Amino acid sequence: MHAGDAPPATAALDPLTAALRSSLPADSVITDPVRLRTYECDGLTYHRATPGVVVLPETAEQVARVVRLCNEFAVPFVARGSGTGLSGGALPREDGVLIVTSKMRRVLEIDLPNHRAVVEPGVTNLAITEAVREQGYYYAPDPSSQQICSIGGNVAENSGGAHCLKYGFTVNHVEACEIVTPDGDLVTLDRMDPGYDLLGAFVGSEGTLGIATRITVRLSRAPESVTTVLAAFESIEQGGTAVSAIIAAGIVPAAIEMMDALSIEAAEAAVACSYPEGAGAVLIVELDGPAAEVARQFDRLKEICSGAFELRVAADPAERAAIWKGRKSAFAAVGRISPAYIVQDGVVPRTALPEVLAAIDRLSAEHRIRVANVFHAGDGNLHPLVLFDDGEPGAGERAEVVSGAILDLCVEHGGSITGEHGVGVDKVRYMPRMFSEADLDTMQLVRCAFDPRGLSNPGKVFPTPRLCGEVPGVRKGAHPLVESGKAEQF
Amino acid sequence: MDPELIDDCVHCGFCLPTCPTYVLWGEEMDSPRGRIHLMKQHVEGTPVTPEMAGHFDACLGCMACVTACPSGVKYDRLIEQTRAEVERAHERDPRERAVRGLVFGLFPYPRRLRLLRPGMWLAERLAPFLERAHPSLGAMAGLAPRVERRQRMPRLVRARGERRAVVGMLTGCVQGEFFPQVNAATARVLALEGCDVLIPAGQGCCGALSVHAGRADQARRLARRTVRTFRKAGVDTVVVNAAGCGSSMKEYAELLGAEPGFRVMDLSEFLVELGPVAERHPLPFAVAYHDACHLAHAQGIRAQPRELLRGIPGLELREVPEAAICCGSAGTYNIFQPEAARDLGDRKAKAVGSTGAELLVSANPGCTMQIAAAMRRGGATIRVAHTAEVLDASLRGVSL
Repeated sequence: MHAGDAPPATAALDPLTAALRSSLPADSVITDPVRLRTYECDGLTYHRATPGVVVLPETAEQVARVVRLCNEFAVPFVARGSGTGLSGGALPREDGVLIVTSKMRRVLEIDLPNHRAVVEPGVTNLAITEAVREQGYYYAPDPSSQQICSIGGNVAENSGGAHCLKYGFTVNHVEACEIVTPDGDLVTLDRMDPGYDLLGAFVGSEGTLGIATRITVRLSRAPESVTTVLAAFESIEQGGTAVSAIIAAGIVPAAIEMMDALSIEAAEAAVACSYPEGAGAVLIVELDGPAAEVARQFDRLKEICSGAFELRVAADPAERAAIWKGRKSAFAAVGRISPAYIVQDGVVPRTALPEVLAAIDRLSAEHRIRVANVFHAGDGNLHPLVLFDDGEPGAGERAEVVSGAILDLCVEHGGSITGEHGVGVDKVRYMPRMFSEADLDTMQLVRCAFDPRGLSNPGKVFPTPRLCGEVPGVRKGAHPLVESGKAEQF
Repeated sequence: MDPELIDDCVHCGFCLPTCPTYVLWGEEMDSPRGRIHLMKQHVEGTPVTPEMAGHFDACLGCMACVTACPSGVKYDRLIEQTRAEVERAHERDPRERAVRGLVFGLFPYPRRLRLLRPGMWLAERLAPFLERAHPSLGAMAGLAPRVERRQRMPRLVRARGERRAVVGMLTGCVQGEFFPQVNAATARVLALEGCDVLIPAGQGCCGALSVHAGRADQARRLARRTVRTFRKAGVDTVVVNAAGCGSSMKEYAELLGAEPGFRVMDLSEFLVELGPVAERHPLPFAVAYHDACHLAHAQGIRAQPRELLRGIPGLELREVPEAAICCGSAGTYNIFQPEAARDLGDRKAKAVGSTGAELLVSANPGCTMQIAAAMRRGGATIRVAHTAEVLDASLRGVSL
């Protein structure tokens, strides 16, 4: 929207806005159009929508009040943490309320003997680690945006990070969540609850099953010993072979990250990370655990990486941070070498890596679109960065084609359309490539069980925003799984 | 405002946790990313609304976001252009205009500041009354330091021992009038390290305060005068002991469209490059070093002052938590945005207090005044000193 266009249809929201103002502190309801527009997108700027109203609650009770009012006026709502998501999961609704948790950032409780911390959703991922670092603990999942992404957003997206290879995703590190359900109740989902794993369903539900207002995370003991190695290879293939060899040797490093020449160039331009010159690919391998084990694994790693033309070992935490800095700033750093780009996120089986990378190369040449590759090589989670010049007519569309074709490659090779960035609004259209209609209907039933009125982040995750009133009926004919002979029905 | 500079922002949000106002309020429009979005709105045709101007005014200009940005967004340049645009396009209310007029008609002019000196002891008592007239006036009075006796600086201070360099020295406006002892210490340290120090008479403000407030014409006038003064003195290096001044003077070429003809160096940067020769006497102190934003973020100078302090026997250097977050002083910020400045000052005072240090060292008079005032409010006391004063004491073997 540009100035001069009609303002968004906020008039319809007037009664709700009035109700919000009377039940929240005055400065926590934003309706000024200029201010509202600063919330029009998250880390994915491709999709934009100016929210009808923004609220900045400071307590769980206030969040619940907002959600109850949204129900009363039948207005959709979207939760937003720090606004760093890369799938448009927090894309606002012009006809709805954006509930921003960035003022809810208190660390409420630290219980070291039980390895737990209780935090509000707006607390940043890194702030949890900082609160317990001196005592020798940390919070394990580490998305590249960890210094700013909020734990509430991490829970919604089931965020990963470089170290998830060994330690698992957010879902493995959340013990309990107090949530505001889509109809405005405050309930607590606990890992220890008998029966269905509702917490498991909630983590990664991208705001469609409610809003987390208080999160109990698991803290991990900082490992006794950490060795970070930077291995430079002449080609991506050599790097890929080393990755497979490391896993085959039975080593589970904390992280194995790979960057190709183009992404190294970007990182170099941004943070001067001084990676070895002339590398076609670098691998960052981090080993951690008991000192003796790390030493043994490191010896083995040196043998495996004998094809590398340079092997650099971080001598101290400062050097380790320097190695990681290049990798962690890679996404935003690409802004230095390209006017615009799409951050893609897909998964392939590790063994398919070389084949898929070669296919991406072909796509890149065919459409004259550069693709930089950064990935969590250990678990086959690719982050191709599709570069284009938004000033060049048609370039955006070509980039979009390449970006979509990469996801097709992932699905064809038995992978997934998202590893850790979520579906959000950006990948809704790719869901049918991965799931049959029956699959999607089944997921929709879960959603409807939590959110029968379809008010909680509608339009995300699922391709057809089906109202829960139109719950899929009794299926006509056989279930596709039965039809294909993969399952039997009794 | 340059749309290309605006487009460099990819909206990743890495700047948010380093932005003092985002740290305080957690609101998008008071973060660098949000402010760039507001700039974009303005470039695309939205007029400067009072709300918009308020968010720009609330920016401290600390440049922590420039350090944090992986995409290399030149926020420093952007906010300067924006402030100038706000001054052009936005009509401030009369009271605010009057206060701004007073501040910018006073601080950059040493002779006018000098007139205030005899009355400064009254400031503390007057503060509550001034506060009622305008919060900015109250803030100014609350910050007023106890001034030391004026020291007339000689035109030339000769090197002790072998002469290793000839440098010019900026005396500045606020530094010169309110902290004369810092300038004296700077000249002595340079001389003891073997420098002839030229201190041209007739220096005024370097223009930094005006640049940072979007008063471009005043800034250029003051900058040109400073350039003339030092060119006449014939030095090829000008040493500056105030972070804000140094960072602005390093950008004279952009402000004036021509190279000034001398290089500008911060005192610590210059001393480390020169290398120490004078003997350091022990100073048994626990020192907290505060990174002034215009030194750390704007000039990238973090290691040098620490290296100089560590070079003093007996001195124990302690790091302040959240070192990258501004103390809220930020040039004239604590005068125009007293509430936010106060909150940031309190936060910094707590962080400094947690180190248990007895002495707070910083390279900017504004920071020192701000943090010392915040610590007094919190009932704690800490002695403050400029890096130059600590070095001076060590080099001369006197106590601090």
